[in-house]
Amino acid sequence: MSFKIVVLAKQVPDTHNVGADAMNADGTVNRAALPTVFNPEDLKALEMALRVKDEMPGATVTVVTMGPPRAAEIIKDARSRGADDGLVLSDMRFAGADTLATSYALSQVIRQMGDVDVIFGGRQAIDGDTAQVGPQVAEKLDIPQVTYAEELLGVNEREITIRRRLERGTECVKAKLPALVTVTSAAADCRFPNIHRMFRQAGEEIRLINADAIDADMDRLGMKGSPTKVKKIENVVLAHKESVVLEPTEAALNELSATLIKEHIL
Amino acid sequence: MNNVLVYCELSEKKTVADISLELCTKGRQLANRLGCRLQAAVLGSGVSAAAESLYPYGVDDVFLADDSRLSPYRTLPHFDVLSKLIQAQQPQIVLFGASSVGRDLAPRIASFLRCGLTADCTQLEIGSHDDPKTGRHYDDILMQIRPAFGGNIIATIVCPETRPQMATVREGVMKKEIYDPAYKGTVIPVAVEASLEAADAAVEILSREIEEQKIDIKGSQIIVAGGYGMGSRENFELLHKFARLIGGSVGATRAAVDAGFTEPERQIGQTGVTVRPKLYIACGISGAVQHRAGMEQSAKIISINTDPDAPINAIADYTIVGDVMTVIPQFMACYKNNLK
Repeated sequence: MSFKIVVLAKQVPDTHNVGADAMNADGTVNRAALPTVFNPEDLKALEMALRVKDEMPGATVTVVTMGPPRAAEIIKDARSRGADDGLVLSDMRFAGADTLATSYALSQVIRQMGDVDVIFGGRQAIDGDTAQVGPQVAEKLDIPQVTYAEELLGVNEREITIRRRLERGTECVKAKLPALVTVTSAAADCRFPNIHRMFRQAGEEIRLINADAIDADMDRLGMKGSPTKVKKIENVVLAHKESVVLEPTEAALNELSATLIKEHIL
Repeated sequence: MNNVLVYCELSEKKTVADISLELCTKGRQLANRLGCRLQAAVLGSGVSAAAESLYPYGVDDVFLADDSRLSPYRTLPHFDVLSKLIQAQQPQIVLFGASSVGRDLAPRIASFLRCGLTADCTQLEIGSHDDPKTGRHYDDILMQIRPAFGGNIIATIVCPETRPQMATVREGVMKKEIYDPAYKGTVIPVAVEASLEAADAAVEILSREIEEQKIDIKGSQIIVAGGYGMGSRENFELLHKFARLIGGSVGATRAAVDAGFTEPERQIGQTGVTVRPKLYIACGISGAVQHRAGMEQSAKIISINTDPDAPINAIADYTIVGDVMTVIPQFMACYKNNLK
């Protein structure tokens, strides 16, 4: 039995370049209007997975993502960096999923892959910053989770040793496998794509999987399976306005503090 | 039943962490608004003193699970105890710190309970909601307000159909405030079951290296910075008071640090740290170019200065012409009033 590694990855909008058409009227993200990148912490997760593969001869790394068909780009990128395989969960029925519905869909795919030994993922994605999907996948698969991983210290068929980065220090833990590990930005950068691997897979199709293929309860997918709803969206005006000069009167300071509270700044 | 529950984190010294006290203060406001009880969950080992220290923050009931396997924090033992407690108590709202503990535990709990969870909320309010699709109306639900999309938008999230409504909040975002020094709650012991054994065995902590808390102002969303114009180390204390009130950190110019008004770790500028908070309040700062280099990317800048022509005013959104020692207390009073 070979050692099976899964990497959960996401193609994310580049949140540093957000335009006016970035949001749909219903408060969801208009992904078509944004440039995309491989979520940075997912790339670090891929590196940690590849290091496990380096340690464990015969191990395989499969990258799983959910998104529109063009998310296959990150699978190709991951394969050129050393991943063996990958698939994209892509179906309109997954659309509008919050972290609960996303983690359900991902956990169903992993379940179907059978006997996965270790799952890596970035701690969080830059478009949501929730850090919820990893622990939620672990709960659904009923396996231990190790979050905030910064370094792989050791691995064998039965357990993995990880150093975690906490707010005020570090912690080394040993987890029984199978387990899920989320990787922070403090971890090692991902190795570069290999040109030969890039060319070898140039013509290959990446597998797209739809909702029918994962044996899912349709009520738990997409917007339908998402308990969180966006009620309201307000744009934040970041540009500097003309400087306003105030005299330190009661009325002026009162109005300023009320404005700052209203604008969510205080 | 259907109360507000705060999951309390413990410090290395077995005291309740500031973030959790901040959540208790917010939780008290929510509970008052909803007319329900404020409850706290304290999971650890030898922490009954910590549990009782929560009363002045307005906590009515403290669920206390005391077991050596619950300290230091590990996901699965805490998950086991807390998920069962929530199932038994059926709170309508559960709040967690958005720390390495809260952000580890809360999503796993939400997944288990199949309820919604909103990360890193900056405001929590009670309000009503009309669902545009189903036409249903909901009263007294939790408005979970958070920046999203790299801070480009502010989103209000609701979870109308599922309970509990869960949210995480970062340290320093809410204000910690004693509700009533004489407030008395009750400790309710929680039995830790044998089922903890499997959870206990899954992950072993081999070593921990926890450093003392250092001054680090880089991550602060609000910075109150003082310059040489503050005049003295004593006057700098006012900035600390101000920062505590509005949930910010204290920064300083090189001139203020060199004059011994505050610690070097707080220095902002070319030879200090660079900050990009959403609000920068420059107090008695003239605005040398070296200082501006470290803060001019702040989203909003307020300058308080006696000199109407101070260079900092050119990049400030608001300039208040006046003496910091009188303007700041005035502003603090106005702010408190506007919070109601």
